[in-house]
Amino acid sequence: MNFTLKIWRQQNRTSKGKFIEYQAINISPDMSFLEMLDAVNRDLTKKSEDNIAFDHDCREGICGSCGLFINGRAHGPQRGVTTCELRMRHFVDGTTITVEPWRSRAFPVIKDLVVDRTAFERIIQAGGYVSVDTGSAPEASSIPVPKANADEAMDAAACIGCGACAAACKNSSPMLFLSAKVSQFALLPQGNAERRIRVQQMVKQMDEDGFGLCSNTYACEVECPKKISVVHIARMNREFLRAKFL
Amino acid sequence: MALNSKIPEGPIQQKWDNHKFNMKLVNAANKRKYSVIVVGTGLAGASAAASLAELGYNVISMCYHESPRRAHSIAAQGGINAPKNYKNDGDSIWRLFYDTVKGGDYRAREANVYRLAQVSGNIIDQCVAQGVPFGREYGGLLDNRSFGGAQVSRTFYARGQTGQQLLLGAYSALSRQIKKGSVKFFGRREMLDLVLIDGQARGVVARNLETGTLESFAADAVILATGGYGNVFYLATLAKYSNGTAIWKAHKKGAFFGNPCFTQIHPTCIPLSSDYQSKLTLMSESLRNDGRIWVPKKQGDKRNPKDIPEEERDYYLERMYPSFGNLVPRDVASRRAKEMCDKGFGVGSTGLAVYLDFADTIKRNGKEWVEEKYGNLFDMYHEITAENAYETPMRIYPAVHYTMGGLWVDYNLMTTIPGLYTIGEANFSDHGANRLGASALMQGLADGYFIIPYTIGDYLASAKFTKVKTDDAMFKESEKNINANINKLLSIKGKQTVDEIHKKLGKVMYDYCGMARNLAGLKKALEIIPQLRKEFYEDVMVPGSADNFNPELEKALRAADYFEIAELMVTDAIHREESCGGHLREEYQTEDGEAKRNDDKFSYVSAWEYKGNGMNWELHKEPLTFENVKQATRSYK
Ligand SMILES: Cc1cc2nc3c(=O)[nH]c(=O)nc-3n(C[C@H](O)[C@H](O)[C@H](O)COP(=O)(O)OP(=O)(O)OC[C@H]3O[C@@H](n4cnc5c(N)ncnc54)[C@H](O)[C@@H]3O)c2cc1C
Ligand code: FES
Repeated sequence: MNFTLKIWRQQNRTSKGKFIEYQAINISPDMSFLEMLDAVNRDLTKKSEDNIAFDHDCREGICGSCGLFINGRAHGPQRGVTTCELRMRHFVDGTTITVEPWRSRAFPVIKDLVVDRTAFERIIQAGGYVSVDTGSAPEASSIPVPKANADEAMDAAACIGCGACAAACKNSSPMLFLSAKVSQFALLPQGNAERRIRVQQMVKQMDEDGFGLCSNTYACEVECPKKISVVHIARMNREFLRAKFL
Repeated sequence: MALNSKIPEGPIQQKWDNHKFNMKLVNAANKRKYSVIVVGTGLAGASAAASLAELGYNVISMCYHESPRRAHSIAAQGGINAPKNYKNDGDSIWRLFYDTVKGGDYRAREANVYRLAQVSGNIIDQCVAQGVPFGREYGGLLDNRSFGGAQVSRTFYARGQTGQQLLLGAYSALSRQIKKGSVKFFGRREMLDLVLIDGQARGVVARNLETGTLESFAADAVILATGGYGNVFYLATLAKYSNGTAIWKAHKKGAFFGNPCFTQIHPTCIPLSSDYQSKLTLMSESLRNDGRIWVPKKQGDKRNPKDIPEEERDYYLERMYPSFGNLVPRDVASRRAKEMCDKGFGVGSTGLAVYLDFADTIKRNGKEWVEEKYGNLFDMYHEITAENAYETPMRIYPAVHYTMGGLWVDYNLMTTIPGLYTIGEANFSDHGANRLGASALMQGLADGYFIIPYTIGDYLASAKFTKVKTDDAMFKESEKNINANINKLLSIKGKQTVDEIHKKLGKVMYDYCGMARNLAGLKKALEIIPQLRKEFYEDVMVPGSADNFNPELEKALRAADYFEIAELMVTDAIHREESCGGHLREEYQTEDGEAKRNDDKFSYVSAWEYKGNGMNWELHKEPLTFENVKQATRSYK
């Protein structure tokens, strides 16, 4: 397969970026999207040109490092996969593919397709934990958790923190990310003690970091590579109201 | 220098308690006067950094990812062991200890393994309290599954994402300390050197990966939690950026390297399909619980697996190992798969694969049951191979997965450099010559949550420290050397990419220092590796510059170390004239192809001291004594 790529190039945080065209030739349909970019980078290296920078590490859809905006879609056209899992067989031979970094006020571009997602760190630091020091935990099975709750908490906890939700949202809202964490802890007895303060602190931090508000368009759910459900946003909203009024 | 493993006195059950009692304590008010650098934020690093900060130490934490949560530990799938005996199947600390020593083919230190088994239960308690959503039974209690090398069910899991959930737990604890200011976290920093002052580890120099600037960090002790070096092989199940640089730089500064040749090749990975492939993907070993491994009885049988009738299939593991069947330890399963393929029974287009078949389980328990347990793995398999494993068997083949070797550490997890500790996969301890499934997560968290917080206090309370600042000469000199090295790499301007040369090294390692090794092959590798290293320094092309984000430069710096690590691995493999665990020397095997140990000669840890002047090492031996588990021939029949 052959493709024309229109790729966003930007030297650093402060420089102005632009799209540049590249050719990806002799691409096998079984290649992952990142392996296709590896091939383009290999050609650039041979010409002693600076490579197209993109974030990645595990290449199996779990570390949350990779994340590209491909033809206007976060992680490309397939549902439920990350960019590193996406295979070229899902593209039409001979077409042009546009590749951009996440676009969100809260995620400044570091270089080319790499963005700074430390705003997510600050949201977790604001309250995405149970305050339990090492050594202070009771015996693991002392508190039973209904299987259905544990399973749903796991659905929420599967978030990989890639940022696709915020990037896909027209308001740049990371609500799916934030709500997944809030929801995980709301479903478990261990999260109960800090329930109120957690949701309040995390939402406050989100506002401070310049993310937008959720207007329930649910683009996030469609683009989430881990298929995290917007049900968690509803639960978070309830948690937030509960914290305010109870 | 003589090795001192510092194993405490007393019966094995009491060693750790005695030791905890005898160690010096830093009193609560004084803890904030000490600072500790923790490099790495995987399970080991994140749990250590959080726990030390909770105790009151000043902690500097760094990793090359933007966020601690992206560490390679996130990818662990199957589970974590603890002998809670919730299944009432006869598990105990002693049994986990026994299984791990035996699984490691009697090349691990008994005292360490016992302690690991002892604290493993606390890990589960800690993780549950953090809100880790482990799999549960309908009654609300924790569920367990079984894993290779054990006959009891002691593996706790969170679907197929156990590593992710445990890491997110440790990460949340770390985040809490970062917010409190007791941990200063530096993301996108890659440690490129260790700094010694008066013979003590007192700091590191790291490169800021975004700006390219070198930054020095000083402290009273340094902990390396930088993971394994399996990417020496280029193709491995490790994350692409996992590397050996941090421990290698420490090795070159005086930390001995333990058992470098002990590598684990995992039996259940998706086979290689072409040479553009950038990594190999693991299918969790837990699949071996419910999948049956087989090859056609006829060599070169190219029929669709569905058309091969039952009686023409060879379920070779069940045939050879009736009591463990498909659940034999990894080294055995991998070796047998290779052997089947070498003999021409392999399947798939390359003939380098065996089947892992779920048909019987689906018939017995239904597709939904399998989907609930392994759904994400089946999805992953489908995305990579475009095949539906609910309908046709998976194809699997072994791939490099874990390095049991690593920096030599004593019972306190301190290396041969005072004040330098190594935890998690980066050290050599606990797993001997073969690691059992679900025990790396256990070891990483044991080291970080429950061991290092005690042992480092003993050192800090007893050592003498001079005042150290990052503008001291040693830091400056280190920065100068790193800069020189970077400039050298950028100025070569050769014709090959880093990956192209690294791949060649990987092939040499797979061919000669992989699942089966022999003297002739290893000697050949020892000739080729220095040539490849030379080729690298003459012909590599590193584009871009040093003053901004440059992943190719990062790769080149890591690869440069692989060409050296590989040489030590091969050197170690040559010297160990026996087979044990993952180290199968073809000259030393039993008639039916099992590893043949030589306990009289090789019951020791090889600890290699770097001697400078190119690649020169001196071998030290830490004798291993087995007072509690009798050294026997490992049998899984
Ligand atoms: C696919 C896969 C599945 C697995 N499944 C299981 C399982 O089910 N059960 C089990 O027990 N084990 C499993 N393992 C093994 C286990 O995941 C690892 O051994 C373990 O997670 C290693 O943890 P760690 O904390 O030692 O290091 P890692 O998680 O590798 O973390 C290394 C850290 O060090 C940092 N780092 C490295 N070098 C530098 C440097 N120079 N400068 C700065 N930072 C640096 C990295 O950024 C990272 O934060 C699996 C492994 C793989 C590959
Ligand atoms: S590289 Fe880890 S999720 Fe894609």
